[in-house]
Amino acid sequence: MESFLNRYRNITVLLLVIFAQLLLLAVQVKNDQDVHLIRVWTVTAVTPMARILEGFRGGSIGFVRNYIMLHDADAENRRLKAEVDKLKIENIFLKNELNSAERAQALQVFQAHTPSKMLAATVISNGAGSNSKVVFVDRGSADGVMRGMAVVTPDGIVGKVIAVYPPASEVLLVTDPDFAAGVVSQKSGARGTFKGQGTPLGKIDYVPGDEKVAEGDWFYTSGDDRVFPRGFPVGQVKMVRPGQPFQEIMIEPAGMQRGMEDVLIVVAGVHQEIPDKPPVTQPVYIAPPPPTVAANATQQDGAVPLAPGGTEADKLRQQYKAIGDAQNHKFGEGEPGTLPPDFTKLGQASAAPKPAPAATGPSAPPPAAAASGATGTTGARAPASSSPTGTRPPASPEPPPTTRQTPDVRKQSPSLPITEPPAKRPASDPGKKPTAPGGPLASAHRVAPSGFVGPIAPPPSRSAVSRIAGHASVLVKKIPHSWKKPSTESTVHE
Amino acid sequence: MSYSGERILLNSQRESQVARFRAWVLFAVPLAAILFQVYVPHFFPFLAFLELPLLVVVYFAVMRRAPVGGLLIGALVGLAQDSLSKNLLGMYGIVDTMVGYFAASVGVRLDVDHNFLRLLLAFLFYFFHQFLYWVLARALLSQQLAFEFQSTLVIGLLNAVVAVALYRFLDKLREQA
Repeated sequence: MESFLNRYRNITVLLLVIFAQLLLLAVQVKNDQDVHLIRVWTVTAVTPMARILEGFRGGSIGFVRNYIMLHDADAENRRLKAEVDKLKIENIFLKNELNSAERAQALQVFQAHTPSKMLAATVISNGAGSNSKVVFVDRGSADGVMRGMAVVTPDGIVGKVIAVYPPASEVLLVTDPDFAAGVVSQKSGARGTFKGQGTPLGKIDYVPGDEKVAEGDWFYTSGDDRVFPRGFPVGQVKMVRPGQPFQEIMIEPAGMQRGMEDVLIVVAGVHQEIPDKPPVTQPVYIAPPPPTVAANATQQDGAVPLAPGGTEADKLRQQYKAIGDAQNHKFGEGEPGTLPPDFTKLGQASAAPKPAPAATGPSAPPPAAAASGATGTTGARAPASSSPTGTRPPASPEPPPTTRQTPDVRKQSPSLPITEPPAKRPASDPGKKPTAPGGPLASAHRVAPSGFVGPIAPPPSRSAVSRIAGHASVLVKKIPHSWKKPSTESTVHE
Repeated sequence: MSYSGERILLNSQRESQVARFRAWVLFAVPLAAILFQVYVPHFFPFLAFLELPLLVVVYFAVMRRAPVGGLLIGALVGLAQDSLSKNLLGMYGIVDTMVGYFAASVGVRLDVDHNFLRLLLAFLFYFFHQFLYWVLARALLSQQLAFEFQSTLVIGLLNAVVAVALYRFLDKLREQA
């Protein structure tokens, strides 16, 4: 016997190992549950290294660029060259900051429109295997993520969490053949089941042949699957073939069209209305860095002097803080319904070196709003270009989006073209109507997710928007990563 | 031991030389390959075709010329791949186990330092790997996967080219006799 085993040792071990793995497979299939422990070990071993790599990549890109640029510097003009290089790096840094901030803006504005409680996450790696349509995100059970939670972006659904580990979660993408979600047509209300195909296009099954579905129609989540809340965009129909009993419908998923570096995990889903109009996709506008003249002008106004060190974001933060202090406003302590500080004079600082803070203080009504005399609770924002002089008209102040969870006011006034989350109006003055070009958050609302906002209003002038968006981007960058829980007001309309 | 460029078969067992590796190499290289597969295609999607874990399994199995060692490396790497994918645990495990075993068995008889042979082995084992996975998915899990013959051939060839360069690099990690 011993000689037999020695002679066939290799094949015996092979059979044993394969048998053990077959047994493992059988247990998983029979019990319909995973062997979690092995996955936890592997994920715990691999994802920290992926994080380290990601951090190393982010940090080294700027360094390598800097080194290469300085490598050819001439000794005679080293000082000038270094100065130019520094400006270039700063420019790249600011552009990256703006990109990041705009992504954060998009997610943040999206969250402001969505009553569901969400958790921001970053995709850190793909799944193993060339045919694998899964990704790992940097939020796990330690952050409250649970299996079965929906994962979305402002453009639409992305996937769902299929496994949760302490440091990370595994997300099954909508393109995976195993993915399915209940959907409903935005136009006809036809219900079906969206299924991934392993290709960029997905399929919608079980739509009866007599339902009217045309190319270009949008499908939204129906909420029937108990994973995705109702009202999230799924995608646009690319091909329809009539059939009996069911039509053959191919759809292009919308959630991953603009990449998915950052996603939102729906921690507590709340059903939403399906919008009346299809979502309008707008490219993210990359604003130029904030003008330095504004900083200089603010210093001339007697504001807190800027620290010699620090980033542009720090300088802007100080400017905004100085404006708030000048108007006796304490950030984060305002009661609901109170007016936030008037930031409009920040952009006018270079044109009007001496603004009167008292006239635009929290207690003073905005002149434009007072002059309009319009009634109603909401209104469309006028574009910045409506000002013939190019300077911004006095604006109705607006709190930062982090402090606002707003209901969808189209229920109250469906005909109004809404371009941003409707602001809460002071109870003492319900007739005020915002007429300003948007304040510091105008750019944020222009990248608001389609499907949750109405048609986009005519864009403001480029110069005004870029200046405003630059400031807003830097502000939004400072929003903490964990999102604020929506207030109960935001779910009232459900 | 040196071989002529035209000989690919070993005349005797004496000609076969078992490559030895330090323990950290046997641990770090497969881990790096898995990390590469889950991380790099996230930024360079065109590199998703690379099956580095498989290539590493083939290399260690072939070079160590030990079927038991080869199949164990294959099993561990395959299970790690399963853990990081949506697959049930064991799918890649079984496939890589068999790849490791057969690669080690082939390595006993062939001159595995030969570049052309390495290219051929990497290509064949990639094809075998994909085909076996397809068979197992259909037979054990009843998944209706499509086996794309032409694209598998092309991707297998690309992997084989990468394998030749990769194996040259890994040769430098061998312990000197």
